[in-house]
Amino acid sequence: MTSLIDIKGVRHAYKTANGPLPVLDGLNLSVPEGGFCAVVGPSGCGKSTLTRLVAGLMKPDEGEVTLHGEPVRGPRSTVGMAFQNPVLLEWRSILKNVMLPLEIVPGGLKGKAAEDRARYLLSLVGLEGFEDKRPSELSGGMRQRASLCRALVHQPEVLILDEPFGALDAFTREDLWQTMHEVKAKEPFTGVLITHDLRESIFLGDQVVVLSGRPARTQYVMEISRDKAPSLDDLYTPIAAERLNTLRHQIEIAQGRVTEEASA
Amino acid sequence: MIQSLRKVIVPLIAMVVFLLLWEALVWVNNWPNYKMASPSDLWPAYTRYWELFLVMGWQTLWRTVLGLILAIIVGVAIGMVMGFSRTMRDALYPLLVGFNAIPKATIVPIVALLFVGAHDFNTVLIAFMISFFPIAVSVSIGLSTLEPEYRDILRALGASQATIFWKIALPKTLPEFFGALKVAVTLAFIGTNLMEIVSPHGRGLGALFDSGKTNSDYPLMFAVLIALAVLGIVLYYIVVALERIFAGWAERPAG
Ligand SMILES: Nc1ncnc2c1ncn2[C@@H]1O[C@H](COP(=O)(O)OP(=O)(O)OP(=O)(O)O)[C@@H](O)[C@H]1O
Ligand SMILES: [Mg+2]
Repeated sequence: MTSLIDIKGVRHAYKTANGPLPVLDGLNLSVPEGGFCAVVGPSGCGKSTLTRLVAGLMKPDEGEVTLHGEPVRGPRSTVGMAFQNPVLLEWRSILKNVMLPLEIVPGGLKGKAAEDRARYLLSLVGLEGFEDKRPSELSGGMRQRASLCRALVHQPEVLILDEPFGALDAFTREDLWQTMHEVKAKEPFTGVLITHDLRESIFLGDQVVVLSGRPARTQYVMEISRDKAPSLDDLYTPIAAERLNTLRHQIEIAQGRVTEEASA
Repeated sequence: MIQSLRKVIVPLIAMVVFLLLWEALVWVNNWPNYKMASPSDLWPAYTRYWELFLVMGWQTLWRTVLGLILAIIVGVAIGMVMGFSRTMRDALYPLLVGFNAIPKATIVPIVALLFVGAHDFNTVLIAFMISFFPIAVSVSIGLSTLEPEYRDILRALGASQATIFWKIALPKTLPEFFGALKVAVTLAFIGTNLMEIVSPHGRGLGALFDSGKTNSDYPLMFAVLIALAVLGIVLYYIVVALERIFAGWAERPAG
């Protein structure tokens, strides 16, 4: 199987006042077409940096990031992004916010077609009837749904989500997990999801990558196979418990609380 | 309907009450009109000099507005340079603060001497100098505090700097800009009047005020003050109306 996103031996350091700060060191990651890769790791280890590299917002010092085997040299309109902060534009209606990328990408839908596409996505995430509202009139969870629509409106090949559910309460978050599965069934994409929530990573990802502490390298990869439609009940099965246990242990190693030798 | 009627009637009543109190104060103290003119003294001043008021009012108005337009152009330009470049911000900020700290009343005679006789030019120049600072600062702060994610959602799609500026940075800065413009319009007005009063053979309402002083026509001086207040209020509310149109979205719904 060929992979859509390929990251090989990536190293990156930020230049700071106190000299270079190595953030990524020996990062490998490979996501097949249609795959959804959840990335977990200690706080500040370089997860957002990874998303910026995939989005082409930065270039790595060393190593290579490729999409379809082509090295990423800069931003490309086949990428959609959503962050923890939904960054909706307050002077636009929800509908106009979702349509924003279509005004930017070359050959994007125009006019009625653009509006229909945005309306369709909004109805898909349960925001029918809120098209003409301002962002400030929506709840946090609804804003995040709108932000997701904006990331998908131009049918990107790659969807990059940097802790999009991080600021939401537990119930809203679980709601959105299910929405994610529903959306993915209708709007296929290849995704990278950064998260702090291990349950989220095994519920949404078909691959969970644990990054080590800064500078981050790929420390552990878990494949998650699903033979039936996902449901929240899956999180309370013995398999899920075992997966969570393994991941928790890997995070402890990443944080340096347990050494790998001691655990081996 | 009743709400909008209230918005007009309440300030009107307040105005009438104020005039009555003023009249009463002068009357009770038995002040002569060279100490304090009363509203009833103003009316004759306006009817006698109404043509002068129109001509001079127009002079003051166009110079203030021209100075303000220059302040907007230069202020926005400086603000953009400082907002987009850290180096320029570090370089220009102390200069601007230093310049702004100089009381403008001291610059007025210097400018008046520097360009003797160029009264229109001098007046517009002072109106501009006194009012561009808040605009420059607000635009630079608005642009430099733009959260990186706002940039990134467009940059990740390959949008140019210009597109990011028009679609995000500019509209997001508009509320701060209008806040500063409200301050600037008042300052420009002060600047215009300073110059009109100080420079010899000046024109505008400031000059009319000065001629009232020279001729000991005290009711005229008070009448000019009121005319200035009216003009200032009109200018201010024009800015408020523009703000409603262009940055109305930033207004919190009344609740
Ligand atoms: N532009 C920058 N210049 C210098 N250092 C930076 C820059 N951006 C991030 N860093 C530093 O690099 C490290 C990794 O940052 P990054 O945002 O990628 O981490 P993260 O894993 O996303 O963190 P979090 O879990 O808090 O979201 C952090 O220590 C951060 O302080
Ligand atoms: Mg992050």
